[in-house]
Amino acid sequence: MKVGILYSRIRRDEKLLLNELRERDHEIVKVDVRKQRFNLSDPPEVMTDVDILVDRCLATSRSLYATQFAEAYDIPVVNDHATAEVCANKVKNSLALEGAGVPTPNTDVAFTKDAALESIEDFGYPCVLKPVIGSWGRLMAKIDSRSAAEAILEHKETLGHYEHKVFYIQEFVDKPGRDIRVLAVDGEPIGAMVRSSDHWLTNAAKGATTESIEVTDEMAELVETASDAVGDGLLGVDLMETGVDENGDPSGYTVHEVNHTVEFKALNEVVDVDVPARVVDWLETTARNETEVTA
Amino acid sequence: MAECVECGAEVALHDGIEIGEIIDCSTCGAELEVVDTEPPVLETAPELEEDWGE
Repeated sequence: MKVGILYSRIRRDEKLLLNELRERDHEIVKVDVRKQRFNLSDPPEVMTDVDILVDRCLATSRSLYATQFAEAYDIPVVNDHATAEVCANKVKNSLALEGAGVPTPNTDVAFTKDAALESIEDFGYPCVLKPVIGSWGRLMAKIDSRSAAEAILEHKETLGHYEHKVFYIQEFVDKPGRDIRVLAVDGEPIGAMVRSSDHWLTNAAKGATTESIEVTDEMAELVETASDAVGDGLLGVDLMETGVDENGDPSGYTVHEVNHTVEFKALNEVVDVDVPARVVDWLETTARNETEVTA
Repeated sequence: MAECVECGAEVALHDGIEIGEIIDCSTCGAELEVVDTEPPVLETAPELEEDWGE
């Protein structure tokens, strides 16, 4: 098959993907979105005859537009635009999870500093303030006091882009020093890892240590529902354990977000599964299904 | 080998470099983007943007 990779930076994740595709003799077209011009009706020439496009854009804004243009040109793209729209925005992400009955941290959205302060006081301290669009744990604030809340809100209101004036306030989940990332394709887990840190942020990008974890039936069920809630695809589903039972096992989970241009290099290093091979297996199946639909 | 556009030092490249890949200059620490491979050409990598991520 001929695979187009939408990108602006080749990370280790994209290299793993490219190597696996080449090993299987697939034709690859690297589409640097920074160099393209997206006309309303005519696709960039480099995209015209690919069997499938894979959105690996590092910039969320480019991912959203590029996938929408691909669909306008009737070029199959994974993940699709609707999934990107939901996953790229924490408000839409949380609403989708809540709407599907997936346990997710309690969250308020407020448009003014005063309304946000009311939410923060209702949640109590600590609680968490997150940017609506953002990744890798950046611009996350754990708020421990009213004075900290006032300062952070004033800074966001005064210095921020208009999206920082949409205040996303969330309960603080007292997780056991770790969270769980499950990589899944159309709701089926490929592998999972725990990300541990002494810091309250446990993103791998923040330096958390990682190790593999078995996907339990309960986790798998949540991942399948969460994946379906955002429109399926190649996704990173992030869960936190909400407590432990008398045997020391997790007594419940909450899903805090689903990622649509998911990185998997860290997972590939800790699990026995060949992650890029499983991703390409899924790509081949998806491309075949798309071809059958359009034939 | 390629030249660092920040400090002019020679930068060692590993096998299988890809256009679009980012490498660090071991001399000055600059992040460099591979913009060509035959022959290898490096440019200063873009600064981190707020909407980058996964």
